[in-house]
Amino acid sequence: MQKRLVLDQEQIGIIIQRFCHQLIENHHNFENTVLLGLQPRGVILLDHLAPVLERISGKKVPFGYLDATFHRDDFRRRDFPLKANETKIDFLVEGKSVILVDDVLYKGRSVRAAMDAMIAFGRPQKVELMVLVDRKLTRDYPIMPDYFGIRVNTLESQYVVVEWESQGQEKDAVWITEKVKN
Amino acid sequence: MSQLSSRHLLGIKDLSPTDIQLILDTAENFKEVINRPIKKVPSLRDITIANVFFENSTRTRLSFELAEKRLSADVINFSSSNSSVKKGETLVDTVNNILSMKVDMVVMRHSSPGAPHFLARNVKANIVNAGDGTHEHPTQALLDAYSIREKLGTLEGKKVAIIGDILHSRVALSNIFCLQKMGAEVMVCGPITLLPKHIESLGVKVELDVKKALEWCDVANVLRIQLERQQIKYFPSLREYSLYYGINKKLLDQLNKEIVIMHPGPINRGVELSSDVADSEHSIILEQVQNGVAVRMAVLYLLAGVRN
Repeated sequence: MQKRLVLDQEQIGIIIQRFCHQLIENHHNFENTVLLGLQPRGVILLDHLAPVLERISGKKVPFGYLDATFHRDDFRRRDFPLKANETKIDFLVEGKSVILVDDVLYKGRSVRAAMDAMIAFGRPQKVELMVLVDRKLTRDYPIMPDYFGIRVNTLESQYVVVEWESQGQEKDAVWITEKVKN
Repeated sequence: MSQLSSRHLLGIKDLSPTDIQLILDTAENFKEVINRPIKKVPSLRDITIANVFFENSTRTRLSFELAEKRLSADVINFSSSNSSVKKGETLVDTVNNILSMKVDMVVMRHSSPGAPHFLARNVKANIVNAGDGTHEHPTQALLDAYSIREKLGTLEGKKVAIIGDILHSRVALSNIFCLQKMGAEVMVCGPITLLPKHIESLGVKVELDVKKALEWCDVANVLRIQLERQQIKYFPSLREYSLYYGINKKLLDQLNKEIVIMHPGPINRGVELSSDVADSEHSIILEQVQNGVAVRMAVLYLLAGVRN
């Protein structure tokens, strides 16, 4: 199977640092800002980002995990329902600036579902989207990231795989692979 | 795997431990949903569910209806007391008429054991058993298992005593199947006249002395005396039943440990449970009711999610 390395551990580290500086630039003292990691894989990126942001900014920014399984538009259109993950948000997003964090932006459907799910916690003042990888040419919905690590041109016949050392993989890395044909 | 092994929920007996685990895990996600400021998700917005109740129910019907509405399903309610059943229509005809109005799922309570199984063989919709006579009440057993797991962390190795009218109870049978499949030990306790013959063949312990049962267990699930199902007298009087089998604070204080008290409702206060126990910190009766909505949401979500 063909496999191409797009980002290595060092580059991912640099991107996370850059994300933090961009957030500080746009959100000043974080008084009104919260971070929401999208389940299941956006939360891993958020878990890497949150401590770095705290260290660089000197502020503790509230963050939570958001699961959009029950808001997806493909329910009853798949062979079986997706298993839900934990939603852990111990604050309201009413009037807040919310930054949604995910690993890969592909069709835009998960982000749409996530925004729908997020509204259950109040009406945010502003919502931004941060992704590690933006798959540029595959969008179904008009959704664009405000912050991205890398923008790649991929085909529908390809996967973007994000590996994390903290999840038992060898190293943090982003790969593009071909889908196995049946 | 995130799919149930059946497209109906007819009884716990047909479920595998993996199915039960999946339902309980999904219920945990829904419990979080129903504690949000906006307690509704859009998952079942293109589904219509008929609640068909041939027998009285308050808690279960309300709980199902709320679960359905929290999932954004369209809901129609039917009860036999004001229907054409009185005019002699058969069960299959009644349900097929409802289904011809494009109904996707049927939640049914019926006084005849096996009625939902019969329906599942004869109609197209997904069937959820909301209690069939003295046979099974699967969602009650699932919410009881969920409540125990939530309180004690696990069901594995826990000792659960089911106390009271076992003979007429569908909750008891479903609970026995469910708890055993999840690795708990089960004891039944009650007057000998209210214990079914050969109940020990299900692998449960049998105890006639309520004090010994309470000493043995971690959880006491106390059942109601179902007077409406008793055509003959199984014990001399309610007063005598309460004297020998009623659970009160004095009895609990004599134990050298704390146990969890459950009851599927409705409680006959002063008969099987005294008020000071029903309202005490040991009792998780109201948690059971809240968990019932989450568990029923999980069941409906998992059954509806399979592509037809």
